[in-house]
Amino acid sequence: MKILVCITHVPDTTTKIKFTPDNKQLDKAGVQFVIGPYDDYALSRAIDLKNELNATVTILNVGTSETEPTIRKALALGADDAIRIDAEPTDSYFVAQQIAAVAKQNNYDLILMGRESIDFNGGVVHGIVGEMLGIPALSPIMKLDIEGRVAKMAREIEGGKEYLEAELPLVLGCQEPIAEWKIPNMRGIMSARTKPLQVLPPFAEDVLTETDRFELPPPRKECKFIDPENVEELVDLLQNEAKVL
Amino acid sequence: MSVLIFVETNEGKVKPSSLEAVAYGAKVADMLGSSATALVLGELAQEELESIGGYGAKKVMHAADSRLNQINLLAYAEALAQAVEASGAKVLVMAKSSLGDPVAARVAGRFKAAFAGNVIELPTKEGEHLKVKRSVYTGKAFAYTILKGEKQIIAIKKNILAIEKTDAKATVEAFTPTLDDALFSRVKTVKVEKASDEISLPEADIVVSGGRGLKGPENWGMIEELAKVLGAATGCSKPVSDMGWRPHHEHVGQTGVKVSPNLYIAVGISGAIQHLAGVNSSKNIVVINKDPEAPFFKAADYGIVGDAFEVVPKLTEALKKRLGK
Ligand SMILES: Cc1cc2nc3c(=O)[nH]c(=O)nc-3n(C[C@H](O)[C@H](O)[C@H](O)COP(=O)(O)OP(=O)(O)OC[C@H]3O[C@@H](n4cnc5c(N)ncnc54)[C@H](O)[C@@H]3O)c2cc1C
Repeated sequence: MKILVCITHVPDTTTKIKFTPDNKQLDKAGVQFVIGPYDDYALSRAIDLKNELNATVTILNVGTSETEPTIRKALALGADDAIRIDAEPTDSYFVAQQIAAVAKQNNYDLILMGRESIDFNGGVVHGIVGEMLGIPALSPIMKLDIEGRVAKMAREIEGGKEYLEAELPLVLGCQEPIAEWKIPNMRGIMSARTKPLQVLPPFAEDVLTETDRFELPPPRKECKFIDPENVEELVDLLQNEAKVL
Repeated sequence: MSVLIFVETNEGKVKPSSLEAVAYGAKVADMLGSSATALVLGELAQEELESIGGYGAKKVMHAADSRLNQINLLAYAEALAQAVEASGAKVLVMAKSSLGDPVAARVAGRFKAAFAGNVIELPTKEGEHLKVKRSVYTGKAFAYTILKGEKQIIAIKKNILAIEKTDAKATVEAFTPTLDDALFSRVKTVKVEKASDEISLPEADIVVSGGRGLKGPENWGMIEELAKVLGAATGCSKPVSDMGWRPHHEHVGQTGVKVSPNLYIAVGISGAIQHLAGVNSSKNIVVINKDPEAPFFKAADYGIVGDAFEVVPKLTEALKKRLGK
């Protein structure tokens, strides 16, 4: 059983986003980068499956050398080895192309990733990879068990969930509560340093989108405070000022 | 550059978010001097199909295949891809959803199409291509992105467009995609669990959310009652769904559902940056919290500093009176 876990390298969830003065790029000064929280769920489930099924777990990241500390963290959580495609992850199609190319060479039984990255929130890489490989891609998956060659899953839908079954190989976009987030221990951190990390050049170069400018949302107006003894005033404001009732 | 809109239905009705996608797609088609066609998968009443014309689509392609009555990601993506080919559409529009995203993804992979999700405004033309404004960094910023593919896919966020409905009726045409049975059997749906008679959170115009300040699941009655008076959906913060007080599909925020209703009411939620990320595109935010220093007040339009257990029942009563309920 071979599992590939694709991770993103994204600003920590508490980051206040800023851009360079020309608004062309994220201002990375002082920003801490982490494994995407949804990818973290995928990775945690993969590590549990490794223990349950004696599987191997390979990490894949499309990113420049900047992302290596993030990859090492993923290795510290218990993955066996890692591949980094040495390129700026410009858009979903480009990233999916790299993942699909790696997958074609290695025959993974499961390709896990987060349902979306928390930088561009596209939520489509899993599906593009599935299409490129000609296998099902399912997302957002909140429960996953493997019995023989069959994956038993729950997928979140609006207002509920659906339970699905499909044969491997599969591509899955994951989210909570598929597994408990893990924290690396000292032994993991030490051994991560010596685990193999292969760096490969990009397989193809198709970039289909181009962002020419970023913008921050305008600041919100000051909050209007209402006396808790006078909730009618809030009702007035919602009706006559905000016009939402 | 003709425009195809992927339409989702629920219990015999077109979903409101899809009607917004139709209106958006029709405006894009106008801009491009072309026409908009909607695609509906699964059986639906003729009247409901024709009414899609009221939102601007001239034509509806209808695949009345009963196998499509139940969602199946692979079959839906295949049917949509065939509809893109049959209609010759260059632009595909849909609402962002747990169905739209994975289906759009496969179609993007199939046609090497440029994809932009979380789009929040009508596009502009940039030479041959469309340029969109989309929400990035989970609502903390926006990006202006040019779609360079020969085919371009736009998934829109909810509540970004004022919709005017007319009495126009769409022409309905039968559409028969070739769908191999294997597509349906490759992924088996074993069971669907859906809370009934509940307003869907991503679709709702008003959302009432509760946080850890509510102390326990037994206190959610007052949140539900407030939501009922407002015709609102209910949501919650992450610890609330982590502790199992509320189902996971109500979890709002960076790692949960992202909402953009006209009104978001947060009760007993501190306003951690991860929660704000999922709600900051709401048009109006009301915060009820007993701590005047709660960070949520900085993101709020209206605030009440007070105990939720006193304020919420009073507010519900006042609303009942005002709305005549
Ligand atoms: C990677 C990551 C991702 C995350 N993603 C999300 C996410 O998507 N969504 C999310 O919500 N959180 C998320 N979180 C968690 C987030 O950081 C906060 O922990 C969480 O939002 C806090 O929830 P809360 O406000 O309900 O609880 P608390 O922080 O405990 O706040 C409770 C609030 O209730 C108020 N209160 C208490 N009693 C009363 C009363 N009687 N009346 C009125 N007010 C009262 C208190 O003053 C306080 O402000 C994430 C965290 C991480 C690390």
